[in-house]
Amino acid sequence: MAISGASTLFDKLWSDHAVCDLENGETLLYVDRVFLHERTGAVALQSLRSAGYDVRDARRVFCTMDHIVDTFPGRGDKTLMPSGADFIRATRSETRTANIRLFDVDDADQGIVHVISPEQGLVLPGLTLVCPDSHTCTQGAIGALAWGIGSSEAEHALATGTLRVRKPKNMRVIVDGALRPGVTAKDLILHLIARFGANGAAGYAVEFSGSAIRQLEVEARFTLCNMAVEFSAFTALIAPDEKVEAYLDGRDFAPKGEHWRDAVEYWRTLRSDDNAAFERELVVDAGEIEPVVTWGTSPEQAVGISARIPGPDEHLEPHRREAAAKALQYQGLQAGQTMVDIAVNAAFIGSCTNSRLSDLRAAAAIVNGRRIAPGVRGVVVPGSRRVKRAAEQEGLDRIFTEAGFEWRDSGCSMCFYAGGETFGEFQRVISTTNRNFEGRQGPNTRTHLASPETVAATAIAGSFTSAEMLANSESLIA
Amino acid sequence: MKPFLSHTGVAVPLLQRNIDTDAIIPSREMKQVSKRGLGEGLFAGWRYTLPGSREVNPSFVLNRTEYEGASIILAGDNFGCGSSREHAVWALMEYGIRVVLASGFGAIFHTNCIRNGLLPVCLQERTINELAEQVGGDPQGNLVTIDLQQCLIRCGEREWHFVLDEAARHMLLNGLDPIALTQQHHIKIDSFEQARRRAHRWAYAPLEDCVEGMLS
Repeated sequence: MAISGASTLFDKLWSDHAVCDLENGETLLYVDRVFLHERTGAVALQSLRSAGYDVRDARRVFCTMDHIVDTFPGRGDKTLMPSGADFIRATRSETRTANIRLFDVDDADQGIVHVISPEQGLVLPGLTLVCPDSHTCTQGAIGALAWGIGSSEAEHALATGTLRVRKPKNMRVIVDGALRPGVTAKDLILHLIARFGANGAAGYAVEFSGSAIRQLEVEARFTLCNMAVEFSAFTALIAPDEKVEAYLDGRDFAPKGEHWRDAVEYWRTLRSDDNAAFERELVVDAGEIEPVVTWGTSPEQAVGISARIPGPDEHLEPHRREAAAKALQYQGLQAGQTMVDIAVNAAFIGSCTNSRLSDLRAAAAIVNGRRIAPGVRGVVVPGSRRVKRAAEQEGLDRIFTEAGFEWRDSGCSMCFYAGGETFGEFQRVISTTNRNFEGRQGPNTRTHLASPETVAATAIAGSFTSAEMLANSESLIA
Repeated sequence: MKPFLSHTGVAVPLLQRNIDTDAIIPSREMKQVSKRGLGEGLFAGWRYTLPGSREVNPSFVLNRTEYEGASIILAGDNFGCGSSREHAVWALMEYGIRVVLASGFGAIFHTNCIRNGLLPVCLQERTINELAEQVGGDPQGNLVTIDLQQCLIRCGEREWHFVLDEAARHMLLNGLDPIALTQQHHIKIDSFEQARRRAHRWAYAPLEDCVEGMLS
């Protein structure tokens, strides 16, 4: 329990939104923003309507086309996914009926929900935001209480402006020290999941803190919080600071003038009290982390890029041993193989984890002046139309295309396979996405998760390589 | 929603950890803007021999004759992790699954179960293994009963107690519609909302000006 009224950041956000405690141990929580997308949004809106309920306040509801829309230049409603256009059209018609602001296929501000929401100031520190998408925890990076829900919960939030939620416990993850050069927020979260398990934060709301977290830029913090759901957390949070204020200042939907001053004054109270108690605390030394790549089919099956795939007997728990054997079979790999010896067929840069301007810049810096290895397919998908325009203004698109990458329009793209585009059976893909599950990027496609830097370097080298390794090997040849 | 009081059926072991919702229903199997038509796609990646085919993979446990009509799943830790897609629950329900006994659940999946009348029961790994052993080689003969009123699981002569969050239990036992339940609190919600909007005008006023401008 908290000492003498001291609260965590999560406790503050929770109590600020608690309409009332229900008799059954749940709390009725006020929901400030609901975000929908075309994969699940239309079903929720249809089902709500057929049950006879209205959307309580459409002005606080937003919807985007990101999950199944094509990312080929010049796309329309038709997608490679069979019946994909039905989802797009149903979403368009349902949002119009409900008077919900839609970021449509051709909207200049269209993009992946977790990219465009902060990009436009739709999510703000101190607010609650829900979306029928598990990676909604991304947006906790600016100090909003944001979490993923299912369709029924989305209907409940739309109809009542609230959700019935049982309060999770508080966990603090303290990351002190400094990340080594070339080591990113992506490596940090993969390291955490590998070390503490894919269920390591089950039942908890996680707050990331410590000197290494404060050092992270806002976009890197999104990457970190994005994968909290792969750590089984209810959500993740980072206390807002000056970097967050600077990031939000001037965004389209962000408060202006007097409202801005009031907002900032309030946001500065959004931090855990010094003596607030957490039910669990993990401490990580940032300096011990190297670039991480997954080898298996769960984000917890990951190692440093200079390591070998662990042998079955290195897994202490029996169920991990069995899972490892199954994953190796799916991935076509063997225990003991050295990661840097594993060749890839494709490299993917994009998704709500790593598709922001800073991600594209970091990858482009490595790609610049080099060529993709022969036989490797490279795809870059900006997270939003705005990211795409900004990248093109800087000439990042040319750097990628001259190196042999495809430069796409914005969306979730091949982060997952919805029956449309895939890298193909038994193809090995290094990917900046968040899930390496069986079949995630296509039937029998083999996915390895890594940072944009590592994906870019691997695309150039043709086998798993960090940016640092790539630079060293080239200087040896020179 | 139909109240859930007690269920007896064939239990099928899927004793792996981290069975994600992509495995329960691959995204490619979500073909219509609907909650229906999903049962056939349940575990499609494992259930059929080739991607996209409907040729039955005889080695997948759910396809073995002794598990015909299975309505209870025994699973490892973190069942239903991954994507929030409620289609995973709709697919399980349509196939005929009424209960999942696992050593842990993905949080969103767990809520999705309750909201659709599928009972998720969290048990220790040891208990799951005992149950699997009790079901043994004769799942059709050793049916499992899950009694939600008494919070008891029975198989043969043996019994195991389980605990379910009281809110979830109440919702399932009574087959309640949570939206209707919450709307009983509409006066509290309205007054909370008004107070919150006064205290945090920065959070609502700019947005409302913006959206009204765009939609008009």
